[in-house]
Amino acid sequence: MSTTTTQTSPADPSALDDRLFLARDNLQALIDLLVAQGHQVIGPKIDQGAIVYTEIQSVDELPRGWTDIQQPGQYRLEKRNDDAYFGFVVGPHSWKRYLFPPITTIAVADQTPQGWEMRGHPGPTPKYAFLGVRACELAAMRVQDRVFLEGPYVDPIYQSRREEAVIIAVNCTQAAATCFCTSMKTGPECQSGFDLALTETAGGFTVVIGSTRGRALAEQLPLRPAVAEEQAAARAGRERAEQQVTKQFDTTDIRDLLLKNLNHPHWADVAERCLSCTNCTMVCPTCFCSSVVDVGDLAGEHVERERRWDSCFNLDFSYMNGGVIRNDVRSRYRQWLTHKLASWIDQFGQSGCVGCGRCITWCPVGIDLTVEVAALRSETAV
Amino acid sequence: MSAKPRLGVFKFASCDGCQLSLLDAEDELLAVAGAVDIAFFPEASSRMEPGPYDVALVEGSITTAHDAERIHEVRRESKFLMTIGACATAGGIQALRNWGDSEEFVRAVYAHPEYIQTLATSTAIADHVKVDFELRGCPINHHQLVEVLASLIAGRKPRTPTHAVCLDCKRKGTVCVTVAQGIACLGPVTQSGCDAICPSYDRGCYGCYGPLKQANPTSLADHLVQLNHPPAQLVPLFRSFNGYAEEFRGVGDGMERRMKDEG
Ligand code: SF4
Ligand code: SF4
Ligand code: SF4
Ligand code: SF4
Repeated sequence: MSTTTTQTSPADPSALDDRLFLARDNLQALIDLLVAQGHQVIGPKIDQGAIVYTEIQSVDELPRGWTDIQQPGQYRLEKRNDDAYFGFVVGPHSWKRYLFPPITTIAVADQTPQGWEMRGHPGPTPKYAFLGVRACELAAMRVQDRVFLEGPYVDPIYQSRREEAVIIAVNCTQAAATCFCTSMKTGPECQSGFDLALTETAGGFTVVIGSTRGRALAEQLPLRPAVAEEQAAARAGRERAEQQVTKQFDTTDIRDLLLKNLNHPHWADVAERCLSCTNCTMVCPTCFCSSVVDVGDLAGEHVERERRWDSCFNLDFSYMNGGVIRNDVRSRYRQWLTHKLASWIDQFGQSGCVGCGRCITWCPVGIDLTVEVAALRSETAV
Repeated sequence: MSAKPRLGVFKFASCDGCQLSLLDAEDELLAVAGAVDIAFFPEASSRMEPGPYDVALVEGSITTAHDAERIHEVRRESKFLMTIGACATAGGIQALRNWGDSEEFVRAVYAHPEYIQTLATSTAIADHVKVDFELRGCPINHHQLVEVLASLIAGRKPRTPTHAVCLDCKRKGTVCVTVAQGIACLGPVTQSGCDAICPSYDRGCYGCYGPLKQANPTSLADHLVQLNHPPAQLVPLFRSFNGYAEEFRGVGDGMERRMKDEG
């Protein structure tokens, strides 16, 4: 098993207190430090009408003074009445696109007079620093660690990127209508799995150190001890987020509820609405499916092997030995939900859902998995 | 298939855009020319040799009685017949006539309607002869065309993805224009092929690559109506390049019926 350096939980529980403080004007110093250490800083930025994760170099690129309003199938940016840097929740991107990239060349082959010459194509490992990772996203990384690092086959691309990535978490101080981390016990407060965790207050950020790497960073930052009012403001912000998580998801016996009702009529009901468009699986920070294709030139002399994000919603994804196994939308939606919420538990010992709500917001027709499960539950005589 | 398959390119009612896509594939064109024997391609070469052909690429839809005959000839002469583009695969934009009165159009447009011989409909090649492979798009993507030709030469299955356009948006990191901006987009019911160009320019997908297999356009249309897109605008969205493809036709017609019922 491979562990990453970001996995250390704080030994001293008081480390979770907001003892340190980074003044608002010093946020740039954090970015500069990460850049000086050779990291490519990835953080939230407004692009195409949403807050996405992309390379940033300056605090001026952050969505200062903006927030996101989310509903099933709908996302809108709105001006805040303050100039908070992190006054929003999670958007269409997740860190998955940096740790498990959407398209990667994994091998190349060339025809030579001596026959095919095949070589791996690892490529250089980017040294990322993720700024603004939320509690549910830390949980999603742990889920993907289990998938990519802790089974018999370790994924070297994920592993090397994960080990390099510095994690600067940010505690949510508000929640969207689609968030349900409290039901999945993944948030809204960041507990572990980060190097540093910040909580934003009006004058700056309280800082928690989560790892040795985080401690080393902290030593080089212009931090000062937090005063009681700042600690109280940070706590109030986190409590506000917790209160704003109003979506509840009853997961009692969910594994059996789903797996014992594979022929429940509700699956057909969802299939009437579901487009089998793959958006939910693509935005989900834990979905890990990919397919591998060989892309050759016309002469058949040079072939590149690509790994690409794929989805159980694709017809071809279950094409086996001359036939498609999941040959209707009903069975594909059922596959997604039963894997995510039920057989994932058998496979990896935990749920595949961290309650981030992305699949709800980014479904073009606003299908909400929590509503579907609740409907199935209420229509089931237990 | 033997080393150098004989290729024929045949045109029916179309704008020639798909053939141009092939000519546009500058980087690959020489390789194509080296790998296949281009026996018949009037758009590109004066060499027009008779059949039989190993591979026929058919562009365009059937709109005249003469073409309805000619496609049978092409089929007889060809081992593998592949349609290229929305016209050949679904009837094309000219299939809009299928909802109108083509005689009236002819009278309105031409000074001498008596010289015009045309069918009342524009129909897909598959409505007339057996088609071995349909390459979608308006126009086709030349990378896909080269991939299909390469697969024929190598004797393997072509790798032209059949997933929804949405998957390409997500791989590219494009933010969904429907969710974030309320724009009507046909991406969730349209087959991939263009690498999701339109959403990356803040536009909805126009459905150029035709319906996704097992598409659910009714659900999408219902949702777009809920988002306040007037049905009078959604009908033409579904009725464009691939509007006569069964799935798109059904939803457009359904909406139109409802609009009439509601007066
Ligand atoms: S689900 Fe929880 S942790 Fe995630 S963004 Fe929403 S409030 Fe924050
Ligand atoms: S299933 Fe939905 S809510 Fe759960 S982790 Fe995935 S995207 Fe987030
Ligand atoms: S649940 Fe929504 S996002 Fe997922 S495949 Fe169905 S329509 Fe697409
Ligand atoms: S923009 Fe269109 S194609 Fe892209 S994800 Fe949204 S609905 Fe799908």
